[in-house]
Amino acid sequence: MNMSLLMVLPEEILALGAIALMLVAAWGGQASTRMVSIVAVAVLVGATIALTGPASYGGDAFGGLVRGDAFGAFAKVLIFGASAIAILIAPRFFAAGRGDDLRPEYPVLILLSAAGMSMMVSAGDLLTLYVGLELQSLAAYVLASFMRRDTRSAEAGLKYFVLGALASGILLYGISLVYGFSGTTLFSSIATAYGEGRSLGLTFGLVFVFAGLAFKMSAVPFHMWTPDVYEGAPTPVTTFFASAPKVAAVALSVRVAVEAMGPATDQWRQIVIFAALASIIFGAVAAIGQTNIKRLLAYSSINNVGFVLIGLAAGTQAGVAAVLFYLTVYVVMTLGSFLIVLQMKDAAGQPVESITALAGLSRTRPGLALAMAIFMFSLAGIPPMLGFNAKVAVFQAAIVAGLYPLAVVGFVASVIGAFYYLRVVKVMYIDAPAETVEGAPLAVRTDPVEGGLIAVMAAAISPIGWLGLASLGGATMVAAKALF
Amino acid sequence: MTIGLGHYLVVGAILFALGVLGIIANRKNLIVMLMAVELILLAVNLNFVAFSGYLHDLVGQVFAMFVLTVAAGEAAIGLAILVIYFRSRGTISVDDANRMQG
Repeated sequence: MNMSLLMVLPEEILALGAIALMLVAAWGGQASTRMVSIVAVAVLVGATIALTGPASYGGDAFGGLVRGDAFGAFAKVLIFGASAIAILIAPRFFAAGRGDDLRPEYPVLILLSAAGMSMMVSAGDLLTLYVGLELQSLAAYVLASFMRRDTRSAEAGLKYFVLGALASGILLYGISLVYGFSGTTLFSSIATAYGEGRSLGLTFGLVFVFAGLAFKMSAVPFHMWTPDVYEGAPTPVTTFFASAPKVAAVALSVRVAVEAMGPATDQWRQIVIFAALASIIFGAVAAIGQTNIKRLLAYSSINNVGFVLIGLAAGTQAGVAAVLFYLTVYVVMTLGSFLIVLQMKDAAGQPVESITALAGLSRTRPGLALAMAIFMFSLAGIPPMLGFNAKVAVFQAAIVAGLYPLAVVGFVASVIGAFYYLRVVKVMYIDAPAETVEGAPLAVRTDPVEGGLIAVMAAAISPIGWLGLASLGGATMVAAKALF
Repeated sequence: MTIGLGHYLVVGAILFALGVLGIIANRKNLIVMLMAVELILLAVNLNFVAFSGYLHDLVGQVFAMFVLTVAAGEAAIGLAILVIYFRSRGTISVDDANRMQG
């Protein structure tokens, strides 16, 4: 059998699965939602199993259009896991919602988006990069406006679409310049062109490409869509946006920066340092006044992307390993936090999003409050949570690369950021239980699946997670080595 | 005067700038924004085709075909989202898209 086809087996499974399920959804209609969701999760599991094949070590496929390496495989494990969780948590949210039911298109769109992200992280050519990115984005636009009758969801979809299309255009303009001035779209050949010396056209191309990628990562100054889209989109979709596409965008940027533009490191390093510092500071300061928990987590995700970019700015193998380590911890922390947001419901079972609704959670739901406290401490980077180790890893990579000011400013800004995370903990543990929501807060019982997921994630982030640090560190080193 | 690569690139750059301005400076109509997105993608296509001719390399034209296809899908999804937005709000004015702060 053709080796190239084996190397893209995960993408094939996802694409064929999505197409087959779309037909099932078209014939079965609303009644098939449950079945389609279950099969979609099975498809994601199958794609993850397929990663053990040539997809993780095969090298160039289709003449270099796609690369099967450990770096892509590592990112794909995170992406597929986050996508599966986004499907698992949806039914209960929509069942309790305001009229818009969960339709079978939801798992299909997540699968298509996962296929796009999978292409993005293993792209070896600008064409693959673009097609993967658009497949992911187009599915995401529809997901953001999934609750058709909800005005906020429609507005979130619209804003995401307009700004996302603008970012794709900017990225594409950069790609056209890179193609024109290097004469190729293959990453390895582009690297040769960058190594041959400076050219104005190539530098312009680099700037446009990084601007487009910064938008997809929601790094400042291209972050303005994030809070609105996170707030307006249905919570399971927000959970998805904050985890999987973020990993894919960061991994793609790392690959472009190192593989295609490696010889131009001093050029893109300035852009990455600026985006990192601006994201960390803006994310920390703007989050302080927020009252909506989803908006707060949106600013938190902007803040975290800044820390991830510190690892990229180092531009070394250790830096890339730190990026992957940070991403893994970030995905677990974010998924856990959003799972707890999903548990926030009033007596009538309607979702609540204000931070004050968490008041007194330690008395009404001690387990949930403890898990949320672990996630918040970890996001703030307070030891002994794993978020601390992740921050240390990126700072260490930056210091080894000689970027002292970056590490110092990042450290100071993480102290500012700790303020709003600790405020959430204070509301849960010190404030009196909320009377604002009609009836008891968080009256609805936690679903065993969601409760189990929260418990596992909280345990993984807590000091128990230190047990897995060595193997996770080893895996990130192997993955990072694939790029150098 | 012969028309060379430089002329095409300048036209592409002007179209691109107009498209970006159409999204950033436009405060009236969301459909104009969709048109501005198309303008950006066409500016990029012009670049690709011009470079492809200049370099005698077919990859640029293949890329332009992909961009055209994706642009069609993007327009379809954009209009669909616009329709559900109009149904729930009864307006397509940019200034009214303010249900959430920021």
